[in-house]
Amino acid sequence: MKKVKVATVWLDGCSGCHMSLLDMDAAIISLAQKIDLVYGPLVDAQEFPEDVDVTLVEGAVSSHDDVNKLQKVRQRTHLLISLGDCAVTGNVPAMRNSIPVNKLLQRIYVEGAQEGKVVPTDGVPALLKQARPLREFVKVDMCLPGCPPPAKTIAAVISDLVDGKKREAGYAVKFG
Amino acid sequence: MPKKKLSIRIDGELINAVEGQTILQAAKANGKYIPTLCDLEGLTPVGACRLCIVEVSGTDRLFQACTTPIQDGMSVITTSARLTHDRRISLELLFVERNHVCAVCVSNGRCELQSLASAMGISTVRFAYNYPKLGVDLSHPRFVLDHNRCILCTRCVRVCADLEGAHVWELTSRGIHSRIVSDLNQRWGDSRSCTNCGKCVQACPTGALAEKGYAVEEMVKRTDNISSLVERREVQV
Ligand code: SF4
Ligand code: SF4
Ligand code: FES
Repeated sequence: MKKVKVATVWLDGCSGCHMSLLDMDAAIISLAQKIDLVYGPLVDAQEFPEDVDVTLVEGAVSSHDDVNKLQKVRQRTHLLISLGDCAVTGNVPAMRNSIPVNKLLQRIYVEGAQEGKVVPTDGVPALLKQARPLREFVKVDMCLPGCPPPAKTIAAVISDLVDGKKREAGYAVKFG
Repeated sequence: MPKKKLSIRIDGELINAVEGQTILQAAKANGKYIPTLCDLEGLTPVGACRLCIVEVSGTDRLFQACTTPIQDGMSVITTSARLTHDRRISLELLFVERNHVCAVCVSNGRCELQSLASAMGISTVRFAYNYPKLGVDLSHPRFVLDHNRCILCTRCVRVCADLEGAHVWELTSRGIHSRIVSDLNQRWGDSRSCTNCGKCVQACPTGALAEKGYAVEEMVKRTDNISSLVERREVQV
């Protein structure tokens, strides 16, 4: 049987969703036999490959870099899943949304800093005015809310997809 | 004088009800579930959240079960595709209107808004989030008001007026600008009419009103205490 190509992407999130993904205990062993993890923080690949079957994206869209990544991921992915509250609602990263970006950076990197009081610009992507959910930028095929979504749910979703069952609803969902 | 007995149908089933009952009361008395959010047993119903909408035969209009009195021969439908669609939209709008960051909320896991969303299988909303800039009032020595989590159900307003008799809470402004205010829009801590009883905190269905000193997921509300207090005092309104 051809293995299903799965990728994971980490945008503006805390990596908790990725931790939850790894937290599925023994289920990960049987799953690993059916999927190829082709890209993401858990593997080495440098470039997002073409023709990925399923991509799980953690985190809100917070910078221009995030937008570019997400658009590329969308073009190269058959089924895109918003993984976790940040990707689905904006969640904690969006708590900055009512503060102007320059004020925010000033507060954190200048007023709030002990030393090196300067807003970094070199090699860091420029922030968007607001951190917002994925579906406001690209078409999202499925949402798995939760902070993080339970490992059991992630495992169920992936193995259903691998087995060719795309269940639209029916998974237990909860924000937070 | 004993109240007149009426018979109505709920989802096709014949039910004996009493004149003066609302559709919701008749449904509850007969073990029929209708989702509610702003309603709290013992407080005057106001019909703020629209979660309890039902279909009534003979008309295309939807009725709020919590405020609509029953009529003899009425036939009520509590579940349909149309009702689910409209209830979902009401809930989604509540989520986009304020900043519900459940992950860092004192009421996470015990919130009526959150659990209704789960029960209805809401995994995302279809509208753009508003992300408004809203304040948190920490001036009261024991309690907190966080406007980010308020759904304007007015349970706090009603419990304070109906049960405590203190009339601390009011609604101000209109539409998207509506806010809960204490006294004449003073800080809660400066309110001279607040008796510090905490009934509003217990009645609040979300994390908008909470006791100080609780962290994420820790705030346990006792809405049942409010209802049983009403019952014991016979202040049925
Ligand atoms: S009040 Fe708290 S738990 Fe409830 S929906 Fe809002 S943020 Fe989530
Ligand atoms: S503070 Fe709580 S009880 Fe009062 S209107 Fe807001 S959500 Fe309802
Ligand atoms: S419970 Fe009836 S409108 Fe809110």
